[in-house]
Order: sequence, then structure tokens, then C-alpha cells
Amino acid sequence: MHEFSLAQSLVEQVTELVVREGATKVTRIEVSIGAMSGVMKDPFEFCFPEAARGTRMEGCILIVHEVPLTVTCLECGAETSSEIFDIRCGLCKCQNVKITGGKDFLLNSVEVD
Amino acid sequence: MCKDCGCQDALKGKLAHHQHHQHHHDHSHGHDHAHIEADSKTLTIEQNVLQKNDDIAHHNWHWLDDHRVITLNMMSSPGAGKTALLEATLTRLKDRIKISILVGDQQTDHDAKRLQAKGVHVKQINTYSSCHLDAAMIQKELGGFVSGHEDLLIIENVGNLVCPAAFDLGEKQKIALLSVTEGEDKPAKYPVLFHDADVIVITKVDLVPHLDWDRQAAIKYIRQVNSKADVIELSAKTGAGMDSWCDYLLRMQTLTEKSAI
Repeated sequence: MHEFSLAQSLVEQVTELVVREGATKVTRIEVSIGAMSGVMKDPFEFCFPEAARGTRMEGCILIVHEVPLTVTCLECGAETSSEIFDIRCGLCKCQNVKITGGKDFLLNSVEVD
Repeated sequence: MCKDCGCQDALKGKLAHHQHHQHHHDHSHGHDHAHIEADSKTLTIEQNVLQKNDDIAHHNWHWLDDHRVITLNMMSSPGAGKTALLEATLTRLKDRIKISILVGDQQTDHDAKRLQAKGVHVKQINTYSSCHLDAAMIQKELGGFVSGHEDLLIIENVGNLVCPAAFDLGEKQKIALLSVTEGEDKPAKYPVLFHDADVIVITKVDLVPHLDWDRQAAIKYIRQVNSKADVIELSAKTGAGMDSWCDYLLRMQTLTEKSAI
């Protein structure tokens, strides 16, 4: 399970940010996890409080948005969502698609005191 | 998209048929400043959580590209035959091109010893509690173990179909192995890793007569998650298909133009 490493990366990233901004306490963090990012919501939520212990993020609210895989069809042009285990256009069902969303694991915002 | 240095453009001529170096296409390089909204203390970031790893991978990619070392990140489940494939590869290619190998495992140097027996430059990286290699582990080896004189650097990742997929190392291409004993639907069960692969190698095909392996189903599952990857079927044990694999490596190696320097 790599979600603990990712939680530690997030804590480091937010720490650098709040230090730069001169904040002392983080109250809320929002992240978005793409279906194709290789990160699982539940283990990440489980690991984050432990990674945040003793930091400016301890006890903060963590909001995780799940982002579905979205594709643009290079045949019919439709923009649809897709299962990650069967990547194809939701309309014409062909596999000639470009992934347009759902690959990233992003830190969206941080609320500080 | 790499906006900083145009590395994507530099690459296009070399690897025109591959959408390679995915991490420079698919993630957003983050801002290095926050936007503070006036009516609250909310900092809007929109930065990749793996930015630090990606930045190091980016550095690695350039170091390796500058030194014309083609680098492959080989991933699979434990026991899919990565080390056996490398042994068979070294037997065939070690006298033709200069190859170095980094091997990741949580514990032991068993794989490194097997490969060292082939007489090439091999180093074991033990990840201990970690389930994958990350870009910083590779960065440490650049300029040291990886001298820059290699034609080819193969990184045998920790056997794991989940975690290694999230961490770019700075490789030119990703190789995913699927052994026939694992079942045809592994690519659909672990789509992230197989989706990102430039080449998918089906291994241990010598065992097919003893199994209910359905080749068509396997190809179907591969295509469901990756419509573009080259698929090579081989047996490291009998040598079947090894020519296709070695041809691929030699094709990659010619992209370095090192021999012309």
C-alpha cells in the first residue's frame, strides 16, 4: 500500500505551503483522486491522520473528491466517462479515445487559520 | 505537459510512434505559488501531490537523455518472470550493447546475484517497508552506479501491480509483464499499470500446453486498458519470442545514437 507514502507527500507539500504563507494551523484540505491515478480513497483517508500527527495538519478536515475517468472519442468526438478496466467511448464504444480526466491526484485547496 | 524545457519536443523525433514519457503529458506541473482568495484563508493550489517525485523523475529523464542512456522501467506482479527475462536477455545482448540493471526488492539481493552471474553491472536497491521504487532512489544512482556510458539501463521494479504504477522514475518507456500463469484478466484487474505500459510482455508461454490460457481473451483484456502498447509473447526458458524482445531493445538502443558518437 503506497497511500501512506502519498499521505506523507501531501503533508510535506502542505507544510511547505503554509510555512511560506506564514500560517500556523491547517483546518481543511481538499484533494481530488482520479479513478486512473492509482490512488485509493479509503486507504488514503485511513493513512492521512497518521501522517498528519504532530504537524500543522493534525486534526484537520480532509475532503476527498473522486474524479471519474473521462475520455474524448477520436472517432465520434463524444466526451464521456469510462470504466478504467475497459477504456472506450461511452457513445460509440470504440477504443480510439483520449483520456481527458481522472489520471491525476491533486491537492486542490488548503484552509488555514 | 513540460513547459519548462521542451523535452517533449526533443523526444518526438526519436519516439514518434509512442506517446512516451507520459508523465510529462498527463499531469499538470503545479504552480509554485498559492492563490489566496480575498474573503477567506483558503489557498487554492491545484498541484499534483506527487509533484516532488515527478520533478525528480523529470530531472532523471534529462540526465539519462543527456547521456543517451535508454532507460526502461520493468514492472509486474511478483513471480511473473522479470529476472528470468533479464537473465535470458543478458545472455543474448551483453556482448552487443552495454547494459546496467537496477533491481528493486523489499529484501535480499537474490535477484542482483542472479544477474551479476551474467557478468554485467547490477545493483540491488532494497526498499524495505516500501512497495515500490521512486524517482529519488534512481536519482541517487545517477553519476555513480549509472555512469552514463551505458546504452541501456533496465530498472526491475519491486514485484507489485499496484504501487509502482503511481511513481514515474524518469524512464523512457514502461514495460509491463504478464505471465500466462496469472490469468488472462490481470490487465483489467490492475488497469493503471497496464494502461501506462509502452510494451506488454506475455511471459512463460512454454507453459501454455499445461494451462487453460486463452490468448484471445488476454489480448482483449490488454486492449481494453491499452490500445497502443506493443505486445510481445515469449518464453525466457525456451527462447521462443526472445528475438522479438531483443529486437525491441536493440531498436530502442539505436535511438540513443551512442554508437555514432
